[in-house]
Amino acid sequence: MNILESLGKLVQESGFAAMMSGDGWKNLVMIIIACVLLYLGIKKQYEPLLMVGIAMGCLLANVSALGGFGNALYHQDLWDEFLKEGGPHAHSYGYIMANGGLIDILYMGVKAGVYPCLIFIGIGAMTDFGPLISNPKSLLLGAAAQFGVFFAFFGATLLGFTGNEAASIGIIGGADGPTAILTTTKLAPHLLGPIAVAAYSYMALIPMIQPPLMKMLTTKQERQVKMEQLRTVSKTEKILFPIIVTIFVVLLLPSTAPLIGCLMFGNLLKETGVTERLSDVAQNALMNIVTLFLGISVGATMVGSNFLSIQTIYIVILGLIAFSFSTIGGLLVGKLMYKLSGGKINPLIGSAGVSAVPMAARVSQKVGQQENPSNFLLMHAMGPNVAGVIGSAIAAGFLMSVFG
Amino acid sequence: MENAGKLPLGTALVDSVLGYAVVFIGLALLMLVIILVGKIMVAQARKTAEKAAGKLSNTRSPEEYERAVSGKPEPEKPAVPLAPGSAGEVRIYDTDPRDAAMIMAIVADKLQKPLNELRFVSIKEVKEG
Repeated sequence: MNILESLGKLVQESGFAAMMSGDGWKNLVMIIIACVLLYLGIKKQYEPLLMVGIAMGCLLANVSALGGFGNALYHQDLWDEFLKEGGPHAHSYGYIMANGGLIDILYMGVKAGVYPCLIFIGIGAMTDFGPLISNPKSLLLGAAAQFGVFFAFFGATLLGFTGNEAASIGIIGGADGPTAILTTTKLAPHLLGPIAVAAYSYMALIPMIQPPLMKMLTTKQERQVKMEQLRTVSKTEKILFPIIVTIFVVLLLPSTAPLIGCLMFGNLLKETGVTERLSDVAQNALMNIVTLFLGISVGATMVGSNFLSIQTIYIVILGLIAFSFSTIGGLLVGKLMYKLSGGKINPLIGSAGVSAVPMAARVSQKVGQQENPSNFLLMHAMGPNVAGVIGSAIAAGFLMSVFG
Repeated sequence: MENAGKLPLGTALVDSVLGYAVVFIGLALLMLVIILVGKIMVAQARKTAEKAAGKLSNTRSPEEYERAVSGKPEPEKPAVPLAPGSAGEVRIYDTDPRDAAMIMAIVADKLQKPLNELRFVSIKEVKEG
């Protein structure tokens, strides 16, 4: 083989040549999308901890795909075989372990629903349920703000998605990344990439999505309401809360056990006061490691051949609708509570029921303070905000038990 | 969007309404449970406070007992001079303000920490004998 033949072979086998042939252009588009996501994560700081991982996973998967998957970190073909019902390697983790690359191995944690649960332990360890315990009516706002989940579910069905797909798309409205990932992994794994990206992108865009709706649906007088100071919650109440919620909610809806159980376990570690080391690990080391694994492996599912479809566009649109209607649901019940309480409850805290802790609560505080600079709604909004986490987990549990 | 497994619109609508109702009812019931537990806790805390106040009534003056039961704050004590440069937190007893400032500077120097990162509660001269 002379030097020219060797060079020609190298060029033919390179990813650049693959980019120009067949479906290679799809991978090129995905590489551009990955670069845009990297820009949004790094420069605009849209959920950077996850967005950078997702973007890099997407970049690596598509660059590998152009190189022919030989020594790739992620192998879409292995996962296609894994999902092929009745095939020789259907649901065989051993097959993935024997033939997969690094991201394939990491992705097994997503597939088995391990990462979202571990993240929920971390979230639980970081969450103070005090504002919710001192004002339990906040739970109604957390429930109201799941409206978008079911509205988008119905919308997705109208657009022709299957029940499982529609349920996975609807849960974007819960504004809770791990819940969306767990539900999608169980119900419609082929949609994981676009749903994860839509969920995290809209969570990052909450400060832009919510304020116009909040101003549109509330009057100036309502936005100016100053709320009474919350009562102090005792340590015993804080310890009892995760135990009571676990028993009550899991008995009510057993399919919520992975999410609610892990969330409350993390919170119990925080509140007992005798497991500080474990609480610290859950809040920091564990959370960071799992976020790293989750981001890169979810991003790797965004391979051009799967991602670039009309479905993705529908998912992006339905995700925005889900977020908006969840906000509207929370605000409307907030307005109802304002009326029933004789003007003591500021309806702006209703929009914080969409989960997305603590960003949604911060938005309520900011919009409230724009109307009345001496108004501090943050702690009042944290109640519905953490109630939204429980609400979205219950919504996901319902959808998984109906369609799972 | 496979045709297989497509959901009839009527069923989807029923599922949506049912799902929203389940979330609402679930959280409303949880709210009732938390309110109940909260009420028990508050009642118990009040009971404990009353018991403690009852014990105190044997050893305290009628004014002090009244304060303990009603939860009123204690009347302010005569002001103790504050140490200079302490952001108004340090109370000094039988100590010259200059000495107090010097003591705080020495402690900060020994600990290798900036003075504004340390919190001095009080400085009191210990008299021997």
